[in-house]
Amino acid sequence: MAEGHWSAKHLLGIAELEANDITSILDTAESFREVASRPIKKVPTLRGKTVLNVFFESSTRTRSSFEIAEKRMSADAINFSTSTSSLSKGESMLDTARNLEAMAPDVLVIRHPHPRVPHQLAGLIDSSIVNAGDGAHEHPTQALLDAFTIRRHKGTLEGLRVAIVGDIEHSRVVRSNVLLLRKMGASVVVAGPRTMMPRHAEALGAEVAYRVEDALEGADVVMMLRIQLERQGNSGSQLLLPSTDEYFHLFGLSAERLALAKDDAIVLHPGPMNRGVEITSEVADGARSVILEQVANGLAVRMAVLYLLAGVA
Amino acid sequence: MKEQDPVERGPVQRDPVELVRAAKAIDGFPSGSVLVRGGRVVDPTQSQLAPLQAQAAAQAQASEGAATLDAVCDVLIVDGVVEAVGTDLEAPEGAEILDATGKVVIPGLIDIHVHLREPGQEWKETVASGTRAAAAGGFTAVACMANTQPTNDCRSVTEHIVEEARRAACARVYPLGAISKGLAGRELAEFGDMAKAGAVAVSDDGKPVENAELMRRAFDYARHFDLPVVQHAQDMEVSGDGVMHEGEFSARLGVPSIPAIAEDLMVARDLLLLEETGGRYHVQHLSSGRSVELIKQAKERGLAVSCEVSPHHLLLTDEDVWKAGLDPNIKMNPPLRSAADRDALVAGLLDGTIDCIASDHAPHHPDEKQLDFSAAPFGIVGLETMVSLILDRFVRSGHIDLARFVELLSTVPAQLMGLPGGSLAPGSIGDVTLLDLECKITVDAGSFESLSRNTPFDGWTLAGAPAGTVVSGRII
Repeated sequence: MAEGHWSAKHLLGIAELEANDITSILDTAESFREVASRPIKKVPTLRGKTVLNVFFESSTRTRSSFEIAEKRMSADAINFSTSTSSLSKGESMLDTARNLEAMAPDVLVIRHPHPRVPHQLAGLIDSSIVNAGDGAHEHPTQALLDAFTIRRHKGTLEGLRVAIVGDIEHSRVVRSNVLLLRKMGASVVVAGPRTMMPRHAEALGAEVAYRVEDALEGADVVMMLRIQLERQGNSGSQLLLPSTDEYFHLFGLSAERLALAKDDAIVLHPGPMNRGVEITSEVADGARSVILEQVANGLAVRMAVLYLLAGVA
Repeated sequence: MKEQDPVERGPVQRDPVELVRAAKAIDGFPSGSVLVRGGRVVDPTQSQLAPLQAQAAAQAQASEGAATLDAVCDVLIVDGVVEAVGTDLEAPEGAEILDATGKVVIPGLIDIHVHLREPGQEWKETVASGTRAAAAGGFTAVACMANTQPTNDCRSVTEHIVEEARRAACARVYPLGAISKGLAGRELAEFGDMAKAGAVAVSDDGKPVENAELMRRAFDYARHFDLPVVQHAQDMEVSGDGVMHEGEFSARLGVPSIPAIAEDLMVARDLLLLEETGGRYHVQHLSSGRSVELIKQAKERGLAVSCEVSPHHLLLTDEDVWKAGLDPNIKMNPPLRSAADRDALVAGLLDGTIDCIASDHAPHHPDEKQLDFSAAPFGIVGLETMVSLILDRFVRSGHIDLARFVELLSTVPAQLMGLPGGSLAPGSIGDVTLLDLECKITVDAGSFESLSRNTPFDGWTLAGAPAGTVVSGRII
């Protein structure tokens, strides 16, 4: 295994990482990527370690990705979700922490609908914590796997222009990605309807555009976000978006619009996609789409994070 | 626009002698005398040392802008009422002597916005514990909100609170009645009945009155009893499920937010209603700079509007929420706003647009605040930190003088709610607060008299502190 320079107790967010930490995680992920191509996709790195995947919010993809990563590293992986555990959002943080602690896990992978819950738990608990998404705040492993995917295609992140399009206000993917890409020397433009843009969007550290065309112009990387009709914050989806059809006409990524980006631009999407809403099938399945690579790379990145946090070198 | 009734533009018109008599009837003032001796007496309602037999009514007319009484002298309280203020007063036989040497002696401080949680949520606070906190914090009277369980929306609940206060209180307690039954925002509560039982104003605090027609009727109906209509100004549609100020820091944290305009919209609406109906309108815990401006304009147009600000909105901003890493003890509603809003509040305080300071003392049990920021209830305690915060950050720094401090925390609150007190003029109620301007304190939430500990000021070191109270001649 490659030696990582990043050594920390938790992965709470991209905010807590330096550029060389990010590089070291991505470098480590390169060597784990190779594991997936073996006939027997299992290494003993986390043998005897217990990893709890505690999901206070439903998730299939992220949770499965973590679970596969953990199993490929021979960890004992156990899933908790709100439907199968008594831990609820009304339980005190201290009780939640003590309950989890009592099971003596080595690593806790936590997703919660509220911002900074993993950070709060980290102050109360001995185990390592990996933030698998806290509200609309951070989703560090997603940003790392996106960066990993981009780097594999572009060689570097430095100097790239990355366009992120969709519901910026309610997206943790955006916040982590902007932080990471800026730290690595890329420039980022976020675009979306004004109803989906935080009112002080400039605080995110990215350029802000309200026409998708402005964001796509000259982009090296185009990241389309899922329009989540079920999670539209305060006001109900109908207040943010009159219809998915209108969204598609204003912001959807079609082949014509993609032509505004650089010729070698790649297209990312954190999944699951709404075809015909934020992206056409032509683009999603086209030559420049790296969407399925992101899924595969997610495993390698999550293995790298777990290894660096809990692995025995 | 219509001219507002000039009477409503002044203080709530209740005869000060009558107020004292009424308070006496409720509290049963102790007989006997207290001589508060040798302190620096500061009282903006008196311009000079009063002759011994001066009547309260004459004092109440002390002309505005006259020099404040600020002199080392004595205050004599007999049978619960201030008898005399002067130098070298003789202690009547059997009088208790309270040595105030080196202390500042001022009219008893009044906090017109607290939650005592009784009846119904006695694990957070009770009338007894809340008034112990008030006394420890230098307050001789508090006005408590109606969002109890059951709601204080009828005479029997008002009476219960008044009775509890009489039995247990270390400070005078003035309940506010609800505007709407059950705070449900649909039907008016019985203002007249509650007023008879001791309610001094009406408010649905904790919630706004969302329905404009209900608010219009509340203004109309409250005029029968000269009750101020007290509003927690928040447009609930705009604030949605927000938990912190909408700004740079909510954007970075991805936290659902409460825009400042949620307050502005409600204040603007209410001012339009007030202009039509007449009556008295008091805006609670102002947080937005734009609302300060709206109220300033309304006052210039002659509307009977008043407003309060809390110490936390004067001292903290949304950046502090960010720095505290979303600690639930820095979560309250309205939320801490931007530095620009904070600056506008301070300016409004200094230019007189803001009438008084009130704590919005909102106790929550530590268990309830151990949830994460989004899930934890709104509110922080304030009774035991307010005086030191204002003394240290506003008086000591020279932004306001002691006379203005007394106006903001005693005289004006008494006028706004029509309460006895706010003055040490002979004939006034014998409520006194002592301050020690020199002592340095470190806020220790663990040692609060309040049953709750939820404060963002824990560990702050401040100069100046309350040093005791006298309530109707009773040394607390």
